[in-house]
Amino acid sequence: MAGESGKIDPMHQFQIEPLAQLDLFGYDISFTNSSLFMLVVLGAIWVFMAGGMKRELIPGRWQMAVEGVTGFINNLMSANVGPEGKRYVPLVFSLFIFILMANFIGMMPFGIVPGVHPFTVTSHLTVTAVLAVLSFGTVLVVGFWRHGFHFFSLFVPHGTPWWLLWLIPPIELFSFLIRPFSLALRLFVAMTAGHVLMKVLAGFVISGLNAEALWVAPIVAIPSFMLMIAITLLELLVCAIQAYVFALLTSLYINDAVNLH
Amino acid sequence: MEVNSAAMIGAGLAAIGAGMAALGVGNVFGSFLQGALRNPAAADSQQGRLFIGFAAAELLGLLSFLIAILLYLKAA
Repeated sequence: MAGESGKIDPMHQFQIEPLAQLDLFGYDISFTNSSLFMLVVLGAIWVFMAGGMKRELIPGRWQMAVEGVTGFINNLMSANVGPEGKRYVPLVFSLFIFILMANFIGMMPFGIVPGVHPFTVTSHLTVTAVLAVLSFGTVLVVGFWRHGFHFFSLFVPHGTPWWLLWLIPPIELFSFLIRPFSLALRLFVAMTAGHVLMKVLAGFVISGLNAEALWVAPIVAIPSFMLMIAITLLELLVCAIQAYVFALLTSLYINDAVNLH
Repeated sequence: MEVNSAAMIGAGLAAIGAGMAALGVGNVFGSFLQGALRNPAAADSQQGRLFIGFAAAELLGLLSFLIAILLYLKAA
């Protein structure tokens, strides 16, 4: 954790370390801490879902929690896509709960166990980009499957005056092509920024407690620690909001593909 | 001027954009509340639009943060 001269490097937490070296046809496919935490996230989702899928006639607390999450995505899809939206609920639900769990597990204080570092899967552009490509690829496939080349009418909104036809389609095309980048970047940067902020504040706390001058600890370290608690709560909110925004935007994009605005 | 110092100054300037995005996000939620308090019955149906506006405003701030980090890592 500590770099040279006792400084704390806020970027160290994003380092990917191979836990088991694996090679496939010359490619490095090592099992890393990122893969480990993806499995942890998968396990958490599995436990959460399995506990609520007993289909009891009178739902217990756990089943109510699971039904709350699935019902939330179900409402989101039927509100934004309409009756057709039911088909895409599994996809959007998987994206939503994976991002939500990955964000939450990245914020968990596993560091209190010596030698264990929590790793936020969604703080890497490669991971969020794959999620965004899943969302964007679905829109492309669904759009071309259902509408054929008529899908290109997406770039000419209804009521475009003829003398603006040279301007609107390029803008719409650009805003369409930028979607996967904005989806991936938003999640990745929001998670990275939050974790860097947490580590910088943690650096203040640790250096403040270790400082030579005695006045530093109460003036710097204690307020930083209080701020860290508040920022942690804010980060938990951001985790949920980012997962919601990802699901919401995916549902809007799927609406474009299904209903061609 | 040295390239590294220029990159550091650029990182600081880019961080202004993150602050501007704070204004934008505040404006989104503030305007939503203003509208919602005048017509609370219609507020729930507009929550999706609220978060779309939030996402758009936030993305631009996050982009400026990204530029700041890239410049900072280049200089550091």
